Amino acid sequence: MAGDVLEATWTAARRATGRGMAHRNVGDRVFRLVTATFALSLLAVVASIVVVLCYESSDAVRTFGWGFLTTSAWDPVQREFGALPFIYGTLVSSLLALAQAVPLSIGTALFLSELAPSTVRAPVSFLIELLATIPSVVYGLWGIFVLVPWMRSYLGPALQGTLGWLPFFSGPNYGVGMLTSSMILAVMIVPYVTSVATEVFQAVPSQQREAALALGATRWEMIRTAVLPYGRTGVVGAIMLGLGRAIGETMAVTMVIGNRADIGVSFFSPASTMASVIANEFSEATYDLYVQVLVEIGLVLFVVTVVVNVLARLLVWRVAAPAAGAR
Amino acid sequence: MRRRTLMNGGLATLLLVLTLGGSAAAQLQLNGAGATFPYPMYSKWFNVYIQVDPQVRFNYQSIGSGGGIKQITEETVDFGASDGPMTDEQLRAAPGHILHFPTVMGAVVLTYNAEGLGKALKLTPEAISGIFLGKITKWNDAAIAAENPGVSLPARDIIVVHRSDGSGTSYIFTDYLSKVSRDWNNKVGKGTSVSWPVGLGGKGNEGVTGLVKQTPFSIGYVELIYAQQNELPFADVKNASGRFVTPALDSVTSAAAAFADSMPEDFRVSITNAASPDAYPISGMTWLLVYEKQKDAAKGKALVRFLQWMMRDGQQQAGALHYAKLPAQVIAKEQVALQKVTGPDGAPLAGP
Repeated sequence: MAGDVLEATWTAARRATGRGMAHRNVGDRVFRLVTATFALSLLAVVASIVVVLCYESSDAVRTFGWGFLTTSAWDPVQREFGALPFIYGTLVSSLLALAQAVPLSIGTALFLSELAPSTVRAPVSFLIELLATIPSVVYGLWGIFVLVPWMRSYLGPALQGTLGWLPFFSGPNYGVGMLTSSMILAVMIVPYVTSVATEVFQAVPSQQREAALALGATRWEMIRTAVLPYGRTGVVGAIMLGLGRAIGETMAVTMVIGNRADIGVSFFSPASTMASVIANEFSEATYDLYVQVLVEIGLVLFVVTVVVNVLARLLVWRVAAPAAGAR
Repeated sequence: MRRRTLMNGGLATLLLVLTLGGSAAAQLQLNGAGATFPYPMYSKWFNVYIQVDPQVRFNYQSIGSGGGIKQITEETVDFGASDGPMTDEQLRAAPGHILHFPTVMGAVVLTYNAEGLGKALKLTPEAISGIFLGKITKWNDAAIAAENPGVSLPARDIIVVHRSDGSGTSYIFTDYLSKVSRDWNNKVGKGTSVSWPVGLGGKGNEGVTGLVKQTPFSIGYVELIYAQQNELPFADVKNASGRFVTPALDSVTSAAAAFADSMPEDFRVSITNAASPDAYPISGMTWLLVYEKQKDAAKGKALVRFLQWMMRDGQQQAGALHYAKLPAQVIAKEQVALQKVTGPDGAPLAGP
C-alpha cells in the first residue's frame, strides 16, 4: 500500500518535470560518465601509442629524416638504415593477398547468401569463421611444411612455364618468397572478408531481389543489379578490414617470406615486411639507434595502416553518396 | 546465501594459506636475462643448483643477448648473459664496472642439404666466404671441388640461408668471416645482425635448419646442437693450421685453449680461427655479465658461489647437452677473476 503510493508520487513527479529532465536522474548521469570514460580511455590508449612511437624514434627520425622512407639500405654494422624495402614488402604482399582473397571471399559470400541451401549455409559459415581462430604461428608452420614445398615443386615451375615471360614471374623460385607469403595472408583474411560480406549480402532486403527477379532478371543479373550495389559499402569495409589484418600480420609472414631486405620485381623473390623485421630484430638490437630505427619502422607501419583506413573511409563515402542518391 | 558465504570464506582462507605458505621459506631470488644460445645449459644448471643450495632460486629470461646487455646496464637484473662480449661503448654506458665470465662454448657449423652433396663436405675459409659473399654461385665451383675430389658436385646454384634475426650465432660466424676474408670485413663486417649480400633469412636456428632441410642445394649456418639433433650433414672446415677439423665438442674446447695464454683479463675475446691444429675455427664462448661491485651482499655472495660451482661441477654437465666445456687454463683464470667481485663495502665475496 505504501509502495503504491510511493510509486504513484514518483511517476507524477517525473511526469510533472517532463521527460527532458531525465538528466536529473543520478543513475543516468553515472552511466553516461562511465561509458564516456570507457570511450575516452580507448582514445587515450591510441594517443599514448602514437606519443610513445614518436618519442622513442625521435633520434632516428632526426638522423635519417625523410630519406628513411626512400632509401633501400639495411646495414646494422655500418649503421645505414632505410625502410623502403619493408614498405614495399608490406604493401605488395598485402595487395597480392587481397587480389587473391577478395574474389574468393565475395564468391563465397554470394554462394552462402544467395545460392546455398540453408542446411549448407550454417556449417560452411561456421567452418570459414573457424579459419579466423587459427593462430598465426600455426599458419606459419603449415606454410613451411606444406605451402613452401608445394610452391617450390609444383606451383612455381607451373607459373614459370606459363607466365615466365612476365617480369613478375621471372627469376629463381625458392619456395619461400613474396607469392607464398601473399597466399598465406590470403587464407588468413578470407574468413574476415567472407563473414562480413555474407552478412552484408544477407542484409539486402528481399524486396530488392524480388523486384529484380520480377523484372525478368536471371539469378546472376539479380545479384549484379540488386545485391552487389546495395552491399557495396559494406563489402568495401570488409575488404579494408582484411587489408588491415594483412598489413599487420607478423609471424606467418616472417616464416615464409624469405626475410631479405631487398626489392625484387619478381613475385618469387624473397622479401621482408615492416612487421616481420621488427619481430626478427627487436630483441637483439644491440645499440640505441638500432632500437630507435625499429620503433620508427613501427611508426611508419602505424601511419600506413591509418592512411589505408582513411582511404577506405573516403572510398566508402564516395561510393555511398551516389548510391544513396540513386536509391 | 549461507552456502555462498561459506564458499567465499573457504576461498579466502585458501588464498591466504597459499600466499603465506609461499613466503614461508626465506629464499634468495636471483634474476638474470640474456642469451638464448646457452639457455638449455643455464636452465639445467639452475635446476641442479637448487639441490646444492636450496635457499637460492634463479629466474632466467632468454630474451636475447642485446636484451641481456640492456637489462644489466639498467640494473633490472642481477646478472646478464650474452653470446657476444660487450663493446667498450656499452661498458662505458653501465653505471658500474661489469665483469665477463665465460660459461660454455659452442660451435657454428655449415650445414647443407645432403641431396647430391654427400655427408662430409670439406670447406676452406675461401670457399665459405665466397659462398656467403655471393661470389661462388655453383656447387661445382673450383674452390669447393678442389678440396672434395671424391664427391661429384652438381652444377646447381648454391642457395644460401642465413639468420633473419639478430643472434650470437651470427656474431660468431661473421666474426670468423671477418677474420678470414678481407672482402667480407670491408663489405659486411661482423655483428649480431648484418647486411647479408645474398641468401634467404630463416628465423632462429630452427628457421635456418628448416629451410636447409627442405631446400635442395642449400647451405646455412647453425649451432652444432641443431645440426646433430636434426641429423643434418655438416662440413669439415679448414682451420688456421691447414687441417680440416670436424666440428665436435673437443675441437671447440681446443679452440679456447689455443687462446688461453693470450686471453685478456676481462675474457672479452673471440676464439674464432684459432691457430692450434685441433681447433675448430668457428667456435664461440658465451658469457655471464656481473657487476664488479655488487649492491646486495647476500645476492652477490650467492652469485659468486654459483659461479664457483659452475666452474667446477657445472662444467661436467655441459657435454650431455652438447655444449663444449671450458679448458682448464681458462677456468683457472676465471677463478682468479672471481676474486674481484666485491660487496657494497668493497670486501671480496669469493670465499677461500
